[in-house]
Amino acid sequence: MPRALIRSLRETAFFFGVAFFVILAAFPFYWMVITAFKQNSDLYDVSNVPFWFNEPPTLEHLVYLFKETLFARWLLNSLIIGLCVTGITLVTAVPAGYSLARMTSRKGEALGIAIFLTYLVPPTLLFLPLSRIIADLGLQNSMWSLVLVYPTFTIPFCSWLLMGFFKALPPEIEEAAIVDGCSLFGAFIKMAIPLSLPAILTVVIFTFTLTLQEFVYALTFVSSSSQKPITLGVSTDLIRGDVFFWGEIMAGALIAALPVAIAYNLFLDRFISGITGGAVK
Amino acid sequence: MAVIAEPITKPVSRFHFMLDRREVLENILIAPAIIYVLLLVGLPLLLAVYYSVSAYTIYNPTWQFVGLANFEQIIENPSFLQTLGNTFVFTFGSQLLGLVLGKFGAFLLLRPFPGRKVVRALIILPFAVPVALATIAWQWMFDSLYSVINWTLIAAGILAREDAPNWLGNPYLAMLCVIIINAWRFFPFAIVIFLAGITAIPQDVLDAATVDGAGFWRRNYQIILPMILPIVTIGLIFGIVFTFTDLSIVFLLTMGGPVGATSVLGFAGFQTGIVSGDVSHGAAISLFMLPVLLVVVIVMLRFIRRREI
Repeated sequence: MPRALIRSLRETAFFFGVAFFVILAAFPFYWMVITAFKQNSDLYDVSNVPFWFNEPPTLEHLVYLFKETLFARWLLNSLIIGLCVTGITLVTAVPAGYSLARMTSRKGEALGIAIFLTYLVPPTLLFLPLSRIIADLGLQNSMWSLVLVYPTFTIPFCSWLLMGFFKALPPEIEEAAIVDGCSLFGAFIKMAIPLSLPAILTVVIFTFTLTLQEFVYALTFVSSSSQKPITLGVSTDLIRGDVFFWGEIMAGALIAALPVAIAYNLFLDRFISGITGGAVK
Repeated sequence: MAVIAEPITKPVSRFHFMLDRREVLENILIAPAIIYVLLLVGLPLLLAVYYSVSAYTIYNPTWQFVGLANFEQIIENPSFLQTLGNTFVFTFGSQLLGLVLGKFGAFLLLRPFPGRKVVRALIILPFAVPVALATIAWQWMFDSLYSVINWTLIAAGILAREDAPNWLGNPYLAMLCVIIINAWRFFPFAIVIFLAGITAIPQDVLDAATVDGAGFWRRNYQIILPMILPIVTIGLIFGIVFTFTDLSIVFLLTMGGPVGATSVLGFAGFQTGIVSGDVSHGAAISLFMLPVLLVVVIVMLRFIRRREI
């Protein structure tokens, strides 16, 4: 009997542990959701229990967000930035990853590590000189500055990620194509790329989420509201003076965060294998 | 002498010939990425170093060389020393907390149970969501009047309404808040890293250890821990680099306040270099990150080399 007791105690402790982690991780999002749909009178009444709706939920914050603020514009900006950065990243990182994977000399490995290390150079070290470069190019205060700058971290990251995938692709496939009369370059275009489409899809998703998550460069280079990407707009532009419009802010944060959260969850394992780059064999 | 048989070659363009040599093609394929990174990471990095030893401001863009004067002025400033100290407290506090949470979380998630996939998806959320948006959600939770944390503490009878803390107004609590948010952001990453490491350990190694009489703790610390150390180190390096150089949490949550209690290097560099336009001093402040980054890079390279042996 005591054995069964110990066992059930352990089970209870286990599920309490899991519950602790779930609440810790997810409560801020629950809080976003509930704030986004609460009426203001409910939101700012300390005598109400804050964890659920004391008055019927409302869509007024969402409506306000789309009608009275530049929220829709920020969404569009983020979409444009994401698409352009993804394009630049694919064009440069796919060949680079392939090349790194197929280089047999030690030079290839050294280059791969060097590219990866540039991913670790932080924006807070580069933003001062980059803002000068952007001003010289006439891109200051424009979202196109972000299109120019974001590939500095997506290219290293995605080259490294793709290198891993191309390494897993047996070179015999390309060799067979070459024997059959394909050129080296043709083998890359016609064999390697189609076979690595899942990897390329991963790269697209991550480039997009990395651009959505970025904050420092956007804060530094873009100051006019209509040019802001969504993350920056929601976190800095919905505050008028000292007044925080919490309902609108949380609604905006929710809409911006949702797609990123879903994409991450779907592609997480590839992300991890990408950044650890074969640290476990 | 007459040529008996001239081999008939198709007129292949020189370009095609070049493309068919493996080394040439490899260099061409990698060139755009290298050039992009050199121009927009390498060049700015050198420029940042040069700014820090010049008298450059946005009002007076000169390239005049002033040696280490900027660094001397910065070090003499007591608020900078506080910033430097804050950065270390912030980095190591949040990484330690994140690692402890990550280890426990991984330990729980290792066991199969109904709904594990859903639980995992929920636990990943803090790492997936843009940090700026998560920070404003926390800011709302730490609000001086409507803090849900305070409400819960008061409702549970732990605190009286008069004693409810002003989370972001007290220097120590503000630092604690910043650390908590960052640890909260990184612990899912730590969980995933630990899980990836542990599940990569071959079961027969653990079985062999058990047969040889290794208990739970011995298996944990003498077999599992050494085997997952490389991947955990890589994860930790990421955590340290992105925390040590971060600016977004502090910028959105506390603006370095109250009275500089949560100012960190990235934030101070931003305030001086961008907001005040004193580019040379801002660059010098930011460059204080470089030693830490170099140490991290060296550790990383050593790990990569060891792996090859």
